[in-house]
Amino acid sequence: MASLAEQRAERRTIRNGWLLSLPALIILIVAAAGPLLIIVIYSFLTPGSYGNVVWEFSWDAWVGVLYSRDIFDGTYKLADAHLSIFWRSVKLALLTTMFCFVVGFPTAWFIATRTPRARTALLFLITIPFWTNLLIRTFAINQIIRNEGVLNTALLYLGVIDEPLVIIYSDFAVFLGMTYVYLPLMVLPLFAAIDRFDMRLLEASYDLYATRWQVLRRIIVPIVKPGIIAGSILVFIPALGAYVTPRILGGGRNMMIGNFIELQFGQGRNWPLGAALSVTLLVIVGAALMLYVRASMRTTNNG
Amino acid sequence: MTTAIAVEAQSARKDYGSGQFAVRALDDVSVRIEKGSFFTLLGPSGCGKTTLLRLIAGFETPSAGKILLGGRDITYDPPNKRPVNTVFQSYALFPHLTVAQNIGFGLQMLGRPKREIAAAVDKMLALVQLEDFAGRKPQQLSGGQQQRVALARALAPEPEVLLLDEPLSALDLKLRKEMQRELKRLQTETGITFIFVTHDQEEALTMSDRIAVMRKGNILQIGAPREIYNHPKDRFVADFIGETNFLSGTVEEGAIRLTSGDLVEAPTQGRSGKVTLAVRPEQVRISGAGDPGSLAATVADSVYFGTDTHCHLRLADGTEIVARLQSAASGEAGLARGDQVSLRFEAGAAQVVDE
Ligand SMILES: Nc1ncnc2c1ncn2[C@@H]1O[C@H](COP(=O)(O)OP(=O)(O)OP(=O)(O)O)[C@@H](O)[C@H]1O
Ligand SMILES: [Mg+2]
Repeated sequence: MASLAEQRAERRTIRNGWLLSLPALIILIVAAAGPLLIIVIYSFLTPGSYGNVVWEFSWDAWVGVLYSRDIFDGTYKLADAHLSIFWRSVKLALLTTMFCFVVGFPTAWFIATRTPRARTALLFLITIPFWTNLLIRTFAINQIIRNEGVLNTALLYLGVIDEPLVIIYSDFAVFLGMTYVYLPLMVLPLFAAIDRFDMRLLEASYDLYATRWQVLRRIIVPIVKPGIIAGSILVFIPALGAYVTPRILGGGRNMMIGNFIELQFGQGRNWPLGAALSVTLLVIVGAALMLYVRASMRTTNNG
Repeated sequence: MTTAIAVEAQSARKDYGSGQFAVRALDDVSVRIEKGSFFTLLGPSGCGKTTLLRLIAGFETPSAGKILLGGRDITYDPPNKRPVNTVFQSYALFPHLTVAQNIGFGLQMLGRPKREIAAAVDKMLALVQLEDFAGRKPQQLSGGQQQRVALARALAPEPEVLLLDEPLSALDLKLRKEMQRELKRLQTETGITFIFVTHDQEEALTMSDRIAVMRKGNILQIGAPREIYNHPKDRFVADFIGETNFLSGTVEEGAIRLTSGDLVEAPTQGRSGKVTLAVRPEQVRISGAGDPGSLAATVADSVYFGTDTHCHLRLADGTEIVARLQSAASGEAGLARGDQVSLRFEAGAAQVVDE
C-alpha cells in the first residue's frame, strides 16, 4: 500500500503533467475538436443551392452515404459507386501500408546498421523529398509514367516494349505514387526502433539454435513492433484520406474517399453529404486503428 | 590416463581487417580442453580471449586452422548448429520475453515439445534459485538476477560446452564472489565443460581446473592453478598471476649468484649464464641475522594492510624485494625504515623463469 504522502506526491506529479500539456490541449481543442464538431453538425443539415448549408435538420446526408435516390421514382438503392470508392480507398491504403513496410524495413535496417556518419547522410537523403511540394512531386511522377513519359520513351527506344505501358490513371499508378510519397513516414519510425535494437541479441538467438527466419519473427519483429505500429499508422491514415495523389495519378475515374469528399464541397455543392462522408472516414480510421493496435498488442504479449 | 577432449583448437588463427590495418588477434593457437572441466582463458585486454571464444561459438570463422568439438570438425558450422551455448558479458537477455521464456528459448528453437520445455525451465529456475521470478521481464531484475537468467538460458539446452565471456565483470565485488562459487557449483552439478574468460587472475585461480594464460594472440602456458602460480614459465606469466619479485643473476655451481653478490639455491633447469629468478612476496621470510643462506637487507618501507604487511626490502646492491608478512610476524611495533634484517626464501620458492 502506498502511504498517504506517496499518494499525495503522485497526485502532484500527475497534476503538474496536466499543467505542462495545457498549451497542447488548447491547440487540440481549438484546432481539432472544434472543426470536428462543426463537421458533425453540418452532416445533419440541408444543403444550400450554391454550396454552404441551410439550418434545417435532415437525415438525407447520412442516408446518402450508403444509398442513392432514384431521381425518377424516388426509391432508394444501395449506392454501389460509394461502396466501391470506400472499398478501393481501404484496399489501396492497406496495400500501400504493406508495401511501404516490405520496402521500408530493409531500408531502415540498412541505415541503422551503417556507421554514424553514413547514417546521418542516408537519413538526410530520406528527408529530401519533403523539401518539394507534394503537388510538384506527384506531377513529376505523372511525367515519368504517362504514356509519352520518360519511362515509356526509354523502354520503347531500347526496344523492350512495342507499345507504351498504360500505367497512368490506374489504381496501380495511385498505389505507386502513394508508396513513393509515404515511404519516408514508414522508414523513419522503423529506423528509430531498429536503432534502439541491441544487435547483440542476434548473436544470442543464433547461439540458442534459432534460424534466420526465427530470429526475424521471434526476436526482431516483436522488439521493433512499436516502430512498425507507428510507421503503419503514419502511412495508413494519410493514405486512406489521400487526395492529391489519386487526383493526379488516378485521373477522374479512380476516385478515393478524399476526392469524393472534395467533390461534395466543390462541384457537388452538397456540404452535408461531404461532412457525413468525412465523419464516416474518421470512423473507419478509428475502427481500423483500434483493431490493429489491439491485434498487435495481443501477439506481443504471447511472445 | 586418457580423458575425452571436449573442444580442441588446432593452429587456430584469426586476422581482422586487411592490408596495413590487419590485426592478428589469434596467432596459431592450439589447445585441448578436457570434457567436464572448468577451463579458464586468462590474459590482459586485447590478448584474443574473446576471439578464441567466438571461434568456438561459431560467430567467427578462423583465418586458418580448425576447431573440433568432441573430435568432430565444426570449423564452418554456424552457431545454431553447434551444441555450444554462450553466456554473454552483456547478458543479451531478450527484453520482450519473460524469464521463463528466455530460459526456454533454446529448447523451443530446437523444436522440443512444450511439456519437456516447461519441465526443463522449472529445473533451471530451481538450479539458479529464481523460482519466484519466472514471470518477470529482464528489466525488472537486478544485475545478479539477470546474470543467473543468462546462465540458466545457456544451460537449459544442455550444451556440450558452455562459453562464458567475463560474465561477472559487471557485478560488484561481493556479488562477484557469490557468483563465482555459484558458477563452480553449477559446473560440478551439471558436469558440462565450462570455458571461462577473465582478466582477473584471482578469479581464475579460485575457480579453474586448468588455466591458459594468453598474451598477444598466443597461449603462453596451460596448467592447473597451482602449477601456474608456483611454476610460471616466463616473466609475463609470473607477473600477470599475482605479484612477483624478479631478481637477475648468473648460474654458478648449481646455484644462482644474484647481482647483490648473494648465492641463492634454486633449480637451474640446466641453464647457464644470466637468468631471471621469480619469488612470490609471501614466500619471502624475515629471519635471524646471519642464518646460513640468508640475505642481508635494509627495510626501505613498510606498509600495513590489516592482515598482512608489505615490507619493501633493499639488498646490498639496491635491488628491491617485496615481502608480504603476516602482520603478527612482523612484530608488535613492525619493522621500521632503516632496520637491518636478514631475509630468506622458502624452500622451492625461487623459480628460474624465461625472460
Ligand atoms: N571485429 C574486430 N575487428 C578488428 N579487430 C578486432 C575485432 N575484434 C577484435 N579485434 C582485435 O583483436 C584483438 C583481440 O581482441 P579480443 O576481443 O579477442 O581481446 P580480449 O582478450 O577479449 O580482450 P578484452 O579483455 O578487452 O575483452 C584486439 O587487438 C582487438 O583490437
Ligand atoms: Mg573480450
